[in-house]
Amino acid sequence: MTSVITYIIRRLLLAAVMLLVITLVTFGIFFYLPRLAGQTPFDVAAQYVGKSPTTGQILSVEHKLGLDQPLLVQFWHFIQGLVAGVHYNYGSDKTYCPPPCFGYSFKNQQPVWPLMISRFPVTLSLAVGAAVLWLVGGVATGVLSALRKGSIFDRAAMGIALAGVSLPIFFTGLLSLTLFSYHWQIFPNLQYVGITQNPLEWARNLVLPWVTLAFLYAALYARLTRAGMLETMGEDYIRTARAKGLPERVVIFKHALRATFTPLMTIFGLDLGLLLGGAFITEYTYSLPGLGQFALVAVQNQDMPEVLGTTLFAAFCIVLANLIVDVLYAVIDPRVRY
Amino acid sequence: MKKPHRLTLISAGAVLSLGLAACGSSAKTTSTPSQGAGYGAATTTVVNSSAHKGGTLIYVNSQDWDSPDPGNTYYGWSWDFARLYSRTLVTYSAVPGTAGEKLVPDLATSLGQVSNSGLTWTYHLRQGVKLEDGETVTSQMIKYAIERSSAYTPGAGKPAVLPLGPTYWSVFLKDPTYPSAYYDKTPGKMGLTGISTPDPSTIVFNLTKPMAEFDYLATLAQTAPVPEAKDTGTSYLKHPLSSGPYMFQGNYTPGKGMTLVKNPNWDPSTDPVRKQLVDKIVVTVSVPATDEDNRLLSGQADLDISGRGVSPSDSARVLLNSKNKASADDVLDGFYIYTALNTKVAPFNNIHCREAVLYAADHAELQTAYGGSYGGDISTQALPPQVGGYIPGYDPYGFAAHPHGDLTAAKQQLALCGQPNGFSTTIATRNASDDPKENAGAVALQAELAKVGIHADLYQYPAAQIGSVVGTPDFVHSHHLGLMMYGWGPDWPAGFGFLNAIVNGAAITPAGNSNLEELNDPAINSELNNVMAINSISGRSQVYSQIDRQVMQDAVFLPIVNLKSLLYRNPRLSNVFYNAALLMYDYSQIGLK
Repeated sequence: MTSVITYIIRRLLLAAVMLLVITLVTFGIFFYLPRLAGQTPFDVAAQYVGKSPTTGQILSVEHKLGLDQPLLVQFWHFIQGLVAGVHYNYGSDKTYCPPPCFGYSFKNQQPVWPLMISRFPVTLSLAVGAAVLWLVGGVATGVLSALRKGSIFDRAAMGIALAGVSLPIFFTGLLSLTLFSYHWQIFPNLQYVGITQNPLEWARNLVLPWVTLAFLYAALYARLTRAGMLETMGEDYIRTARAKGLPERVVIFKHALRATFTPLMTIFGLDLGLLLGGAFITEYTYSLPGLGQFALVAVQNQDMPEVLGTTLFAAFCIVLANLIVDVLYAVIDPRVRY
Repeated sequence: MKKPHRLTLISAGAVLSLGLAACGSSAKTTSTPSQGAGYGAATTTVVNSSAHKGGTLIYVNSQDWDSPDPGNTYYGWSWDFARLYSRTLVTYSAVPGTAGEKLVPDLATSLGQVSNSGLTWTYHLRQGVKLEDGETVTSQMIKYAIERSSAYTPGAGKPAVLPLGPTYWSVFLKDPTYPSAYYDKTPGKMGLTGISTPDPSTIVFNLTKPMAEFDYLATLAQTAPVPEAKDTGTSYLKHPLSSGPYMFQGNYTPGKGMTLVKNPNWDPSTDPVRKQLVDKIVVTVSVPATDEDNRLLSGQADLDISGRGVSPSDSARVLLNSKNKASADDVLDGFYIYTALNTKVAPFNNIHCREAVLYAADHAELQTAYGGSYGGDISTQALPPQVGGYIPGYDPYGFAAHPHGDLTAAKQQLALCGQPNGFSTTIATRNASDDPKENAGAVALQAELAKVGIHADLYQYPAAQIGSVVGTPDFVHSHHLGLMMYGWGPDWPAGFGFLNAIVNGAAITPAGNSNLEELNDPAINSELNNVMAINSISGRSQVYSQIDRQVMQDAVFLPIVNLKSLLYRNPRLSNVFYNAALLMYDYSQIGLK
């Protein structure tokens, strides 16, 4: 197992380096590129005051946001904050931003990390619920389609899957909202309720978003599973297993599906990682207060620290998902360890 | 074998969903809405007048607060909503229409008492007014609230704490360089000499020059009392202590909203303005506009508190459906839409080139861009109708007679300014995703000006950067932004509040500027500087009318429309009416039928 451990350690170090690079690039994009376009820190600060401000006010805000310092110093403060936290002292108003401090939101006058972390359960609920649905539904459909290749079920399923992959989420989402929430009032008054508050309400309010999101991915997974299954079922060892007299169910689930599953698992890990960073369109359509909606509002408000925070968080989720998938792969398939 | 397995899954899922839907029916679901009171009923009358108590209001908002802290907010809807949890020295009457512009004392016993040749304003406070924690409201709390507000900053080199609200106090009170309560080292933080508190129920304002409209300043949310010991600075917005009929339950969460519940320490006998009818008010923010409209029209939400009205894509659903239309009001939202012509960007330094633009504009098309007759009324002068001094029928460039522009006159003006074949310029506008109406207006104007040979490019920018684009004169000059699309809403319904920031030469600032045309007309400047010494409303109105005429003569404004919003009210609401000072429904009155 030592090779696995070395492998894991190497991957961890690589992940850490990647995160640092991503932080640097993101910081550069949000704080350096505007300067290249001619925007001065004074201009940026002017966005964060009320109407008709005085010059003194703008300069005060500039100082408060640290915009009057060189970019590398700002970046260094940011890294310091991530690791050790930051004290914001404005005369008698003192705020402490505990680590990991992803910065201080200009518009909301709050540290970014608590805002993000309070929204994470929503995105988690949405992503995990949809993931369960699409995995079960997609894989099952794909397996059945592969086994009944050419049948009416197969053609219908793949037809619907094509629709699922092609129809954008904002279309299917709005359609299901109009039909099931506003018109037929089957799921009226959609509003996110935490699972700890009321599990039944939590589930009820998430059914429509789950199904909408899962429909897209299930379609994808159905097609992938079907293709993978068809390929695997044609392999020699399947023929051997049948020749040995194993029941069909064992042949499919124990042998064929296992082989099909490994690439699916890689994709699943990446998809889930991406979603954990925020399912933007779904959250926006259903007004779910998750990380995706948070990011969209932050972009609309040009709130750079919040956008930086969500970008980094999403990057972190993807890197972590990548890492887990790679490790699992290495554990399962010894050929991969290098 | 597999078939039943798959079918079982599907049917199990379906049964589960339906089961959840069935047992998930919450008390929040409203039944089919009853009949609305009639189109426009709330503009002039109180709809569903009732004293019925109880229930929960469901409010939504497509925007989010800049800050629910009354000392640090600048949205009109935020000030209106703040009436629920904050009382101010003076406030607007809770009556429909233009009668709502009348000022009435709120925390004070009467409107301000003026003395010392207009330099001293004194207010006496009502007895028995308490905050939600049981503390009695004192004049020191009001003084502290103003000291901590956006009006005062420590200046360059020290960070400002609450920069988002209005800055009027430091302009009119003595001691303008007071460094804000957060840098005040005096005991109790009462260092601002511009305000005196001789006893806990008297507050005295010491001005540097007369300001006859000071009572309007006293309506600002920044006069809501804040106890110094409980002020948490930038965190105060989570739960500002209430002096009104409702208080926050728990905290406000940015991006999500908050819930208000009854404030047990609000005494109705001290408050002739507000009502405390419902038990709870739930506010959800950052709801996408179309989702918000759907919730309103299906009865699942009660009001959109941003007051911006139904989005243009859903207006047809309201206006063409008689049932929905009976619950709608098309109201003036106070915003005056115009194009500013910058006097420092050539060739607009020449008045005739400016006049050419005014004559060439096609107002019918511009009105269409802003939503047609439901979106706004064509404006022909420099004041909106709700401001004293507005001159009914004043139309110096003949917009009413020539709704499609007067191209002959435009060409004559072009010849007079030495550009008979037209010239090139740039129109600055917010981009289409931030402000679709303004963007459409700019495109329409571009086409209209092309007819007389004025070739205009479009410069589009995100709304959030307005202060650093059109609001920064250096940027305007370097990018040749001769024409700038703009909208301006007065902070209070009187001339000084409307005009000063947009036409006074002394109000030009290096960033966040609102005098976009950089007008510096000595006649207008001196009129504005002196109007505040005139004590009578009619006297001041005459001055504002004069400024109106002068601005139009200077041809620095192309008036476009007075914007209107199509507001929708859920038929189950009681005591709903439009107040012309708050420019939307008065949220301090609403209950359930």
